[in-house]
Amino acid sequence: MPGCSCVTERVQKFASGARLTKWLVSGPPFLFLLLFFVMPSVIMVLASFRFPGEFGGLAPLTAADPGVLQGVTLETYQFFFSDPIYSRVFIKSILMALATTLICLTMAYPLSLLIARSPKKSRDLMVLLVILPFASNFLIRVYAWMIVLGPQSALSLLVNGMLQWFGIEPVHLLFSPFAVLIAMVYVHLPFMVLPLYTNLEKHDPSLLDAAQDLGANAWQRFWRVTFPLSLPGIFSGSALVFIPVLGMFAIPDILGGTGDMLIGNLIKEQFLGTRDWPFGSTLSIMLTIAVLLIAWLAAKLAGSRGSYG
Amino acid sequence: MDNAAMRRGWVLWAAALAVYAFLYVPLTIVVAYSFNDSRLNAEWVGFTWHWYQVLLNDEAMLAAAGNSLFIALVSSLAATALGTMAGIAMHRYKLKLLTFMVLTPVAMPEILLGVSLLLFFIQVLNLTLGMLSIVLAHITFSIGFVAVIVRARLAGMDESIFEAARDLGASPWETFRYVTFPLILPGVVAGGLMAFTLSIDDFVITFFTAGVGVSTLPLHIYSMIKIAVTPEVNAVSTLLMLLTLTLIVLASRFAPDVLKGKV
Repeated sequence: MPGCSCVTERVQKFASGARLTKWLVSGPPFLFLLLFFVMPSVIMVLASFRFPGEFGGLAPLTAADPGVLQGVTLETYQFFFSDPIYSRVFIKSILMALATTLICLTMAYPLSLLIARSPKKSRDLMVLLVILPFASNFLIRVYAWMIVLGPQSALSLLVNGMLQWFGIEPVHLLFSPFAVLIAMVYVHLPFMVLPLYTNLEKHDPSLLDAAQDLGANAWQRFWRVTFPLSLPGIFSGSALVFIPVLGMFAIPDILGGTGDMLIGNLIKEQFLGTRDWPFGSTLSIMLTIAVLLIAWLAAKLAGSRGSYG
Repeated sequence: MDNAAMRRGWVLWAAALAVYAFLYVPLTIVVAYSFNDSRLNAEWVGFTWHWYQVLLNDEAMLAAAGNSLFIALVSSLAATALGTMAGIAMHRYKLKLLTFMVLTPVAMPEILLGVSLLLFFIQVLNLTLGMLSIVLAHITFSIGFVAVIVRARLAGMDESIFEAARDLGASPWETFRYVTFPLILPGVVAGGLMAFTLSIDDFVITFFTAGVGVSTLPLHIYSMIKIAVTPEVNAVSTLLMLLTLTLIVLASRFAPDVLKGKV
């Protein structure tokens, strides 16, 4: 074909086609998430500065009746900080998340180490065995502990038999902070195992050989080689456990007693029980801030160590 | 291997076996008691199919199961389409904002998405909670999972194939239809199965977006657990485990990496 305008035309057509494709591909998911993720989050921030409606929901911004609370307010935030009960629930939730994370770490570490040091052939199966229970419904995994910890269960009878032998009053395992903690660990354990294993699998075994040649014993080899190298895995696993535990409401709701409320239960109560949506939004925002802090901390800690992330 | 190393090996194995026991004993008990001829989940009395018969005659449970299937089907189809687009867009155009919007709902505590959607549906859209609100909520949290799987699939591919297609005169649509799509199809199918499983399993977000009229299987199980522990819950749990297991086996056929925790 003669002339070069034809070529530039084709190039232009191609470029505009590419731009069109870009919009066609990224547009729909972008719009959907803008509408159903970004907007709701923005609404929640706004709602936290409003007054609760008379019958739940939000009060109108402007009302004809001067007696009705209207407009915007910082009241929910003042309320949150004025009553120590809310800070106490937050602290309790953070302690619960911390305890769950530590127990998960203690249980996951030896297992991940064993999997990482097993022959390649058996590794996938061993990992699969960790994920498999995790594939059953969340409520079923919580329900399982209702049976295991129930007052007539073998475990309850054993524990209380032993307590009786020592002359101690029998205890209820179910509907207790202990039941909540054990189910939290149960539900989140795979989140700790997977990043830890992924990290440990990448360690170069020759590092351990070198440490041994230099006279390090097994204890030193672990604490001065393996453990420091595994820190990124520990941090990402900890974030993956800590964050969902912090927002959990179903496990305390099912396995906890009346005093075992966590932030999640508080939020649920505001939205579905007392229907004070502005205060519920405030609590949700406080939770979001806590989550963002933890995620930032974990990313910073994990990022600052080695390249085994 | 010297003695000390052998001993350490044993310690590791013992710890690992204890963890595996911790993971499997509770679920095994749930399954076992679903065949137990006793109303109490306390001791083994004898074998029975009774709880499965109770289950099959429980109309509320069956209706809830029907709702769950319908919601999972619709939401996973939509989430697969949107998530595939998002995965391609994230991989090809490296859009930071889109990536943030896709990944955040996956990472944040479910309750936050649940309550913010509740607020949005009621306060802004003035929507009566029900099937529609549940489906929309499920699409929202599933997109990210599909996108991540599709992106992982694309990341392992040689870019020159797409360039070759373009050099040979294929239009963007033809490149997608005849090159990209067949290559990412296993990832798309695995993502779709993942979205389906997530939807069938979801409790928290459904809890906030379901309203009073519609129940799903997890919501129904929750209300049963709150009232009393009955072996009928064990029976439905066992069946659900079988279903999820089947879906996992299917997903592993299409995208083996999904199961190795590498996504």
